[in-house]
Amino acid sequence: MAAAPGHSHDGVADGGNMRPIPPVIAPGHTFESVTEKIGGIVLTKRTQIGWLVGFAIGFALLMLMNMTIGQLLFVGIGVFGNNNPVGWAFPIINFVWWIGIGHAGTLISAILLLFRQQWRTSINRFAEAMTLFAVACAAMFPLLHTGRPWLAAYWLFPYPNSMGLWPQFRSPLIWDVFAVSTYFTVSLLFWYTGLVPDMATLRDRAKSKAGKVIYGMLSLGWRGSARHWHRYEMAYLLLAGISTPLVLSVHTVVSFDFAVSVVPGWHATIFPPYFVAGAVYSGFAMVMTLAIPLRKFYGLEDFITMRHIHNMTKIMLVTGMIVAYGYANEVFFSWYSANMYEGYMMHNRMTGPYAVFYWSLIAINACMIQLFWFRSVRDNVGLLFVLSLLVNVGMWLERFIIIVTSLHRDFLPSSWDMYQPTRWDFAMFAGTIGLFLSLFFLFIRFLPALAIFEMRTIVPEAKLQPEQHG
Amino acid sequence: MTVPQDIDVLRTKLEQTRGREYWRSLESLSETPEFKEYLHREFPQNASEWLDPVGRRNFLKLMGASLALAGVSACTRQPTEELVPYVRQPEELVLGKPLFYATAMPMAGAGMGLLVESHEGRPTKIEGNPDHPSSRGATDVYAQAAILGLYDPDRSRTLTNLGEIRPFETFAGAAQAVLSSQEASQGAGVRILTETVASPTLAAQLRDLLGRYPLAKWVQWEPLGRHNAREGSRLAFGEYADAQYDIEKATVLVSLDADFLCTGPAGLKHARAFASRRRADGDPALASRLYAVESTPTITGSRADHRLPLRPSEVEAFALLLAEVLQVHPEISRRGSVPDVAYGWVVALAGDLRAHRGRSLVIAGDGQPPIVHALAHLINEELGNVGFTVGYTQTAEAQPTNQLDGLRELVADMNAGTVDMLLILGGNPAYSAPVDLDFTAAMESVPFRAHLSLYADETSAQCHWHIPEAHFLEAWSDVRSDDGTATIVQPLIAPLYNGKSAHEVLAAVTDAGRSGYDLVREHWSRETGLSMESSPVAAAPIPPAGGAAGASAGVTAVEGAEPAGPPPVAAAPVQLLSPLDREWRRWLHDGLVPETAFALRTLLVMEADVAAAVGASIEGAQSGLEVVFRADPSVYDGRFANNAWLQETPKPLTKLTWDNAALISPATAARLELTNGDIVELSAGDRSIRIPVWVAPGQAADTLTLHLGYGRTRAGRAGNGTGFNVNPLRTTAAPDILTNVALTTTGETYTLASTQDHWSLEGRNLVRVATSTQYAEDPLFAQKMEHMPITGLSMYAEHKSNGYAWGMTIDQNVCTGCNSCVVACQAENNVPVVGKEQVLNGREMHWLRIDRYYSGDLENPDTYHQPMPCQQCENAPCEVVCPVAATVHSDEGLNDMVYNRCVGTRYCSNNCPYKVRRFNFLLYQDWDTPSLSLQRNPDVTVRSRGVMEKCTYCVQRINHARVAAKLEDRSIRDGDVVTACQSACPTEAIVFGDINDPNSRVSRIKASQLNYSLLAELNARPRTTYLAIVRNPNTDLEPAGSRPAEEHG
Repeated sequence: MAAAPGHSHDGVADGGNMRPIPPVIAPGHTFESVTEKIGGIVLTKRTQIGWLVGFAIGFALLMLMNMTIGQLLFVGIGVFGNNNPVGWAFPIINFVWWIGIGHAGTLISAILLLFRQQWRTSINRFAEAMTLFAVACAAMFPLLHTGRPWLAAYWLFPYPNSMGLWPQFRSPLIWDVFAVSTYFTVSLLFWYTGLVPDMATLRDRAKSKAGKVIYGMLSLGWRGSARHWHRYEMAYLLLAGISTPLVLSVHTVVSFDFAVSVVPGWHATIFPPYFVAGAVYSGFAMVMTLAIPLRKFYGLEDFITMRHIHNMTKIMLVTGMIVAYGYANEVFFSWYSANMYEGYMMHNRMTGPYAVFYWSLIAINACMIQLFWFRSVRDNVGLLFVLSLLVNVGMWLERFIIIVTSLHRDFLPSSWDMYQPTRWDFAMFAGTIGLFLSLFFLFIRFLPALAIFEMRTIVPEAKLQPEQHG
Repeated sequence: MTVPQDIDVLRTKLEQTRGREYWRSLESLSETPEFKEYLHREFPQNASEWLDPVGRRNFLKLMGASLALAGVSACTRQPTEELVPYVRQPEELVLGKPLFYATAMPMAGAGMGLLVESHEGRPTKIEGNPDHPSSRGATDVYAQAAILGLYDPDRSRTLTNLGEIRPFETFAGAAQAVLSSQEASQGAGVRILTETVASPTLAAQLRDLLGRYPLAKWVQWEPLGRHNAREGSRLAFGEYADAQYDIEKATVLVSLDADFLCTGPAGLKHARAFASRRRADGDPALASRLYAVESTPTITGSRADHRLPLRPSEVEAFALLLAEVLQVHPEISRRGSVPDVAYGWVVALAGDLRAHRGRSLVIAGDGQPPIVHALAHLINEELGNVGFTVGYTQTAEAQPTNQLDGLRELVADMNAGTVDMLLILGGNPAYSAPVDLDFTAAMESVPFRAHLSLYADETSAQCHWHIPEAHFLEAWSDVRSDDGTATIVQPLIAPLYNGKSAHEVLAAVTDAGRSGYDLVREHWSRETGLSMESSPVAAAPIPPAGGAAGASAGVTAVEGAEPAGPPPVAAAPVQLLSPLDREWRRWLHDGLVPETAFALRTLLVMEADVAAAVGASIEGAQSGLEVVFRADPSVYDGRFANNAWLQETPKPLTKLTWDNAALISPATAARLELTNGDIVELSAGDRSIRIPVWVAPGQAADTLTLHLGYGRTRAGRAGNGTGFNVNPLRTTAAPDILTNVALTTTGETYTLASTQDHWSLEGRNLVRVATSTQYAEDPLFAQKMEHMPITGLSMYAEHKSNGYAWGMTIDQNVCTGCNSCVVACQAENNVPVVGKEQVLNGREMHWLRIDRYYSGDLENPDTYHQPMPCQQCENAPCEVVCPVAATVHSDEGLNDMVYNRCVGTRYCSNNCPYKVRRFNFLLYQDWDTPSLSLQRNPDVTVRSRGVMEKCTYCVQRINHARVAAKLEDRSIRDGDVVTACQSACPTEAIVFGDINDPNSRVSRIKASQLNYSLLAELNARPRTTYLAIVRNPNTDLEPAGSRPAEEHG
């Protein structure tokens, strides 16, 4: 529900017997306390042991990724388990999974901004960071899964050349290149623009020389003048407007990789909305996965309140139901189309060698999310953390099912085969998780994980007097 | 003595010399004491190594090697070499234009006529010789793969004596010494062991030798010899004879466990003849009918209209039953038992045979006992087939003998210590001899053992001497094919590793060494009476080269009238041609010596003898498991074990690669609770082997088929450690069929690599089949089996195809699944081998695969073969999804791959409904082995890692034909372009051509009502189309309507 600004934060009950809605920021905070709390995480000289441990794990996995990439480049894509019927496997599953995760960030920052959902303020910064890092992880896969990445790195871009050769614009992979690179660029700009005022805050509050210089440079000369604020707001709004279609377009284009082909199980018109919903679903699950430990370890429960947790759970419930509808739709059309290849595809998903993954996916994405209807579940943060992790697993399985079970048995039974990932497949996946964790840990240590200046706008102090009579 | 002084002296000496002189001086320097001392002092750090025995040896080796390299090797002046190629270009040789030479491949006692493509002196591709009766332009898999055998880097390269390298002369001297010591005893201690000899020259040489040493013995051993057929003919006719089948004339064919299509010396001829009456574009009224009774599913059985799986011991009973029902002889009646189903079968079969007297044919398989062969001869005679569908000739092998008896005798002699010299010319008896003879142990008592072989194999390891053999593409020889036609085997290249032919070894041992060329010519001079001496009056122009069909692919075939370019043969400047030369050149050009085919002989079956033999034959009903030993469809008897192409060729029915397995029927496997890959122990008496089982639909119950040729230990890098050696179960008593075998499960499993895991059609109309009756009722049945896409819905105008439009048809009626096309494609298109691990991972690279499907009863299914090259779709799904436009459409309808542009997203492969695209997941091509680079076709790009590849319709051959046509200012004619698969196909199942030309053969076939596209509903519009199968069953055995044709829902 879109409560008017100024009314939602103090916990007004919106119905007779409903329990009060938790506030978006805990009572008692001032400008100073917000700035102190969030800025302090970054500006402290003491690095916490927990951070070091977490970063070490992420960094170790990142090194694993580097080793895998080395192996991949020296030996060949054959180190992965892909084979003849299953030309795409782990790398593309991971690509779609990471890209999907990225979607929540943009949705939160852009769409919820345009809809004036104030609760987004507490989570938008790290959700955007998550988007960037997830897209960075995702973007590696389409490149590295090719046979000759050193050529794919630039032949997929339309650059003028003496041979007059252009990419094949009919191929969805080219659309992917544009969609993903645009998405990454806009997300980066959006995130950085939002960071500028906070950079200035950190510059002003930094005690160390290095901090002053670095944050000073990053703040791009921000002085907080009214003109700056005016231009900033305008730019931010424009970027939000630009980002909004991207939320829909990127995963739509990614779904075209499959929907445009002739492969039974891929060739389906439901794919774009189904993929977008799935992306938002998995993205919010990831935000939840990150937010719950973040608020716990840094004591940010005042800023990331149960209100946020509830709202995110509800969005997951909605999008999860759309995804479940997609599954039902696939089943229906495999029968309704009266196409034997489609029919066999669904039969094979349900009863074939990978059936256990299909039913796990249904168990998680269609059945388990029904728990989100219950308030008791939404209040149980520990349980939500586990469920959000499971949603991530479920969405990964969804991509596995779509990609592997469709390919491994298509038209001619003679070419049917099984797919088995190798240790390098797992190493690469774990490696990108390492990259993500490393970047994320660096982010929370060196940049404000919550938008300080935006948080200041929702403390009671920020409200004008007349509004309090409302 | 101080070091500086020495160095100065040496330096001064060295400075006085220059260039080549320098090295010669160094060599002389190395002899001086000063120099030795200098060397010793120069490396004082090595001095300590003299105390350490290992280090000292290494030091000596290094020192010796460096001396040898530095100076000693230069002791003979190297001939002057100039790097200016072809200042005077050899006649007929145009760079980039291949030449074709006719030759023949000897194998298992017969030869197959070939044309070999040669690029600048290196043979690259083998084609059949269209003029040769046993080839007719086609080849089998072994001939296709022989080119890789030539360049096999694991071939032995050096003559060795007890592992030490020796020159050939040393061997010849040693052998001559032994032989001359045998003069007194008339060669009583000399034994020569060969494979089945089909070379008239070699046979003559051996007979000469036996003439000089009357007590010496020549023994032949072929692991898969035709001993049963030979003994069968002896039983029937009292002498050795070969049956020559005229399958084209036979309307009703019965195979008694005979895999006569594509296998065996006459297999190609038979397959072509069989196909001529079964083609989809032929007259359905003329279709022949094939009945097959067999224990192991074979490609012949897969093409049969009626197939009856019987245990091996039951085949004999079946033959007797058939003889009884046909009333061939009053004393011949049923013995032994056959399953109930066989009785009904026999009655129907006998009726069909009687109705086709003189137009029927019964063929007994080489694995069946002699009595079955004799019965087949008898039945053919009774049915009046002799003289119509079957005739008899002398045997192709020069000296038919009972090889098992010969080998038994040899082993007895060796064990008795009476053999002083054993010369093994080819073959690998230490591996392949029946186990009860214990050949290896018996050899130990022979003081002089020499082995001529392509590889230093198991037998070489047991011999004092190993002589590297010249490949048949490297040496002069001659060979007779199954019908007697002789071919001069001419070399395409000088021996790569100084190999010697059997002719040369025999000549070197007996006389002063003669070249194989001289020996073969002398023999044919004697044989034909044509003089080798040129006389002034004999001067005549060279006979015009012509006649031989232009080989293939529109390549202008310039068949060499001269001996092949590279070998240094004694080709004297030809001014005066001797009488022999005038014929010789024609023989070489045509690839055969005319009028050498055997004349048919009139032989009468001695019925009483056969009847008497019947009484003695069957020992009563067999219980327990039976084992059949068969040639492996890939490695034959093990001689091709190191041929990676053959190892990776999926076997026609099991689709196994890189291994053999014990084939077992589904019911028996279920009863014994066995599944694919379960290792079992098979034992008979005190002998046993362990081997994994493979469930083969169509296998006879309680019968295990074991393929020979695997489990080699000294085959080479590709062959070692593949499969399981089944020879330890094979004895002289039971070389073909072993009864009462005990099977115990071990609980262990073994991973077998099959390229096709799924055998069912899943109700998809991929292979369309009807009986001849159904076809007559509904000629359009094949068209009704699928929804055709509605045309005219596209927003774009239909593409107009002008000029050539290449297309292909594949006739599934005649495809036997023999794999010739698969290996031909591999050879032509530089397709790499990936190895078992990669096959297991589904990454095999064959551009053309043969899909095998079963339908019907698991114990006796109908089997279909569907060759699957790139379908060259007009609306190719692969093209639109490639992000870099690496796969694009040519205006002639080819779906081209641009390897340079490919970045390897594999999207095209995902989107290919036929899954014919192949991806280089790793670096599969061997870039480093020099000999393999000689093999590659220079017209086809060698692909590297990370690139997609697929069938191109042999675009290089199209372009050769285009060049040839343009030079003559005409368009490409139908038949100018012959793809590699098409050219190799024994049954001409594959037809290729321009579909814009309404008169081309392919257009006419595509107009057939049986022509259909695979997965037509996807509207990819493949240019490759298939011809539906029309079976020709006997309505007595299969009433009309008992198996309805399937239609789409």
